[in-house]
Amino acid sequence: MPSILIRNGRIIDPSQSLDEVADLLIEDGIIRAIGTELGTADHEIDATSQIVSPGLVDVHVQLREPGFEEDETIESGTAAAIQGGFTSIACLPNTSPTTDTQAQVQFIQQKASQADNCHVFVIACVSKNREGQELAEMGILTQAGAVAFTDAPNPLQKTDLFRRALEYSRMFDVPILDHPEIPELSQSGIMHSGAVSMVLGLSGIHPDSEELATGRDLRLAETIGARLHLMDISTEGSVELIRRAKGRGVHVTSEVCIANLYLTDEVMRSFDSNYKVNPPLRSQTHIDACVAGLQDGTIDVITSGHAPRASEKKMTELDRAPFGMSQIEITLGLAITNLVVPGHLDFPTLISKISTNPAQALKLEKGTLAIGAAADITIIDPQASWQVDSSTFASRSTNTPFDGLTLTGRATTVIVDGIVKLQR
Amino acid sequence: MKVTATDSAVNISPVPDTWQRRHLLGLEELSRDDILTILHTAVELKAATGGCKEKLSLLQGKTIANMFFENSTRTRNSFSLAARRLGADTVEFSAGSSSLSKGETLIDTAKTIEAMNVDAMVVRHSTPGSPHLLSQNVNCSILNAGDGPHEHPTQGMLDIMTIYEQRGTLAGLTVAMVGDITYSRTARSNIWGLKKLGAHVIVCGPATLVSKAWEDFGVEVSHSLDDIIPRCDVLNLLRIQFERQYTRPFPSVREYAFLYGMNRKRMEQAKDDILIMAPGPINRGVEITPDVADGPHSVILHQVTNGIAVRMAALYLTTSTNQQPA
Repeated sequence: MPSILIRNGRIIDPSQSLDEVADLLIEDGIIRAIGTELGTADHEIDATSQIVSPGLVDVHVQLREPGFEEDETIESGTAAAIQGGFTSIACLPNTSPTTDTQAQVQFIQQKASQADNCHVFVIACVSKNREGQELAEMGILTQAGAVAFTDAPNPLQKTDLFRRALEYSRMFDVPILDHPEIPELSQSGIMHSGAVSMVLGLSGIHPDSEELATGRDLRLAETIGARLHLMDISTEGSVELIRRAKGRGVHVTSEVCIANLYLTDEVMRSFDSNYKVNPPLRSQTHIDACVAGLQDGTIDVITSGHAPRASEKKMTELDRAPFGMSQIEITLGLAITNLVVPGHLDFPTLISKISTNPAQALKLEKGTLAIGAAADITIIDPQASWQVDSSTFASRSTNTPFDGLTLTGRATTVIVDGIVKLQR
Repeated sequence: MKVTATDSAVNISPVPDTWQRRHLLGLEELSRDDILTILHTAVELKAATGGCKEKLSLLQGKTIANMFFENSTRTRNSFSLAARRLGADTVEFSAGSSSLSKGETLIDTAKTIEAMNVDAMVVRHSTPGSPHLLSQNVNCSILNAGDGPHEHPTQGMLDIMTIYEQRGTLAGLTVAMVGDITYSRTARSNIWGLKKLGAHVIVCGPATLVSKAWEDFGVEVSHSLDDIIPRCDVLNLLRIQFERQYTRPFPSVREYAFLYGMNRKRMEQAKDDILIMAPGPINRGVEITPDVADGPHSVILHQVTNGIAVRMAALYLTTSTNQQPA
């Protein structure tokens, strides 16, 4: 394996509070040294005025295979991840069959290994067949390699089952991920419930639907003492509930999807189903609260919420169109453009939210540039100006409303286990 | 060149240069001028057809497709008659009897109909935004005949025309929409149209069906019909849209009629020249008692006739713009 020397980059590693201009040497797929005058290597990369980051980690990705290959395959989804700068992803179990058996976990691992793009970590179902009735075999699934459990994108509706899942998960020290939503308060909802939904006559998803579930989840995590990761936080009330819970020492991590950090419900006036996401795009107040939550550490993780859907599914009436955006290839650009450029987050904080923290939330040995760690590295040009063009997506799905949008900041080099997977 | 009236026997004003719309999707997006253009054209066409009875040849050679993905009798027949009164051919399409039931998508269905050389599609659908989706995917004119609870622009215009005929102006009038505002496309189209023409609009009904947020749009919100009746020049009594509601928003029809039904006793509190309107179909004994519906203040049947006039105007105006080179 050729050695690589990355020269003169701004090395940012939140896992060791590192932020300095230096060189980084990779040998045998391992980070060997960070410093100056590290000698020479087989391959050199000039990272002047670029950022050298631990490989980006996305813990909320739908890969859709098996069962929905018209949307995405493990190969296309992982290729898309590399294009977006992600070296590790964790995939949701909303496949068909669902990821609730050893064989399904191994199928995903095998396909990911054949694709040989980025690392794929499997999140298995909490309940058998993701039906929310009976626990899936968490012990066997953990042994097969599942790193966490969720029924997402569906919420864990039955409180009794959720309680048991949290209790049971403690034996294996694995996190339970929940998409907090009370379905009876959001049924048939298409967008955020507010003045815009009122004018458009579209069914609304009220913040109460998320906040009541968030409150319940936090309470259970507190009494049971399990590891809870709250997905898809989108409301001011949820952020406040999590802030207070963390203040009491509750063991919880939380995430927000990039789309919920800057787009408001006003965009639904276009009736473009590409804006139909769950949680829905809400008002500026909620966005501001989520950004504040990122700033003070209440929200740990930014995800792509990558939900690829074939165009024939999306190009239909709004109530029939599924939720979701194909996001993973543009998430970094959207985050830099909408969070770093306006001054909401600095680069070290952003990198903690899309690399170090998500890895820690799922206890993955990723998101670090520690000496001796596997060389998963993303080099970012923070100034790069580029245009979104979904026709060039590696993802099979082009369900994005952002075609033609100019973004600032992009991954220029992606290295996985010491091998260069992308260089642009 | 815009197409203008060619019937030598009738006197229809040319389409004004300010009218640039190929589609009629809602009244919210229209300017005051646009709304006045539809209104004045409708008034002219009503007169030129002897009260929507006689035929003209303004749309001769054109084909209008009625595409109703949700049940309708009155709006559908009103659009059909309007098209035929102006000399157009009509194509009737129903969701039940179509390829939609065989799994075809909305856009494919519309493209298929369009390939039959259709100049305009009249679209009713239960989902807001569906006519907008079609307008981005076909080349002919799209007229929204009701998209879920969002808009029903020709209903809004025919209500406005009916008031205009009786009063000569909308400015300064107080118009109350009573009942199920949340699920009513008629309410929304009326709100935008009436506000642009200077009326004061009140929405009145149970708190579960009338959002306070309407105040942000300059609309008065009330939950007491008795409180507002003495101030109203027009009461527009909406039907309860039971089919769109998941959890019934009030305890019983009896209680609804008790709080919001327009009856003889409430009429005693009203102005002497109050206009009683209803977009229909009316539920006698619920939102309106028979004596009020059939009484001297009721203009409900005028609304039906004006529906044809407004739809003639809408078809004429949108297809005239469609003739312009892109």
